[in-house]
Amino acid sequence: MANLLFYALSLLTISCAALVVWTKNAVNAAMFLLVTLAGVAGLFVLLDAALLAFVLLLVYAGAVVALFLFIIMLLDTRHEALKPFRPMTIAASTIGAALLLLGLVTMLRRAQFPAPVPDAIAGSSLKPYAEQLFTTYLLPVQIVGFLLLAAMLGVIVLSRKHEPREETP
Amino acid sequence: MTPPLIAQISASGLPGYIFVSSLLFVLGFFGVLLRKNTLVIYMCLELMLIASTLALVAFSRFNGTLDGSVFVFFILTIAAAEVAVGLAIIVALFRLRHTVQVEELNRLKN
Repeated sequence: MANLLFYALSLLTISCAALVVWTKNAVNAAMFLLVTLAGVAGLFVLLDAALLAFVLLLVYAGAVVALFLFIIMLLDTRHEALKPFRPMTIAASTIGAALLLLGLVTMLRRAQFPAPVPDAIAGSSLKPYAEQLFTTYLLPVQIVGFLLLAAMLGVIVLSRKHEPREETP
Repeated sequence: MTPPLIAQISASGLPGYIFVSSLLFVLGFFGVLLRKNTLVIYMCLELMLIASTLALVAFSRFNGTLDGSVFVFFILTIAAAEVAVGLAIIVALFRLRHTVQVEELNRLKN
C-alpha cells in the first residue's frame, strides 16, 4: 500500500514538474507547480512529517503560488509572442541537466544508506518541533524573524512608485 | 556488490526519496536554463528549493533525527521572503522595461 502510494505520488510530482518546465503559458506553469507541491506534501506524509506537509501546503500553495498568479495577472504579458526555443538553448540546457543528473545518480549508486529504519520521532505531533525551535534553534528563529521584517521593508521600498525628483532651485 | 539502483527504489528506503528529489532538482535546473520568461524561471527555482527540502526531510526521517525537519521550517520561511522580494524586483523591472523576457533584459551588455 505504502509502496503503491509512493510510486503514484512520485510519478505525479515528477510529471507535473516536467510540465512546469514545458508548458508555454505562465498561468498553466503556476497551476502545475501547485500540483507538484501537493505531490511533495504527500511524500512528506509518507515520511511521517504530516506537520511539514501542512506547513508546505499553507505557505507554498496558499501564499507563494497565489502571489505568482497575482503577479502574472498584474504584468499581463500576453502580447509577448511565445517564441519557440532555439535549438542551441535546448541542446545546452539538456547537456547541463544530464550532467547534473549523472552526477547525482552516481552519488546515489555509491552511497551507503543507513540500514535499519528508525521509528518516527515526531509524526504529526507539534511538541518535538516546538521543543527544538525554542531551545536549540532559538537564535535562528529570532534571526529569521528579523529577516522577514527586512524582506517586508525591502518589498515596500521596491514597489514604491519612483517619481522624478524635483529640481531644487 | 550493491543491488542496482532501480531495485532499491521503494517507499521503505531512503534511495527512492533521494532519487525523486534529485529528479525534481534536475528538472528545476533544466527549466532555469531553458526558459526565457523570468516568472517561469522563478517557479523553476522554487522547484529546486522544494527538491532540497524533500531530501532534507527524507534524510532526517531515515537517520532518526529531527534536525533536518526543523531546518525545513527555516527554508520555507526564507523561501517565502525570497519570493516576495524577487517578485517585487520583477514588477519593478517590468515597469522600467515593459518586458519579462530575459533575452531583452540586456542593458548591461557591452
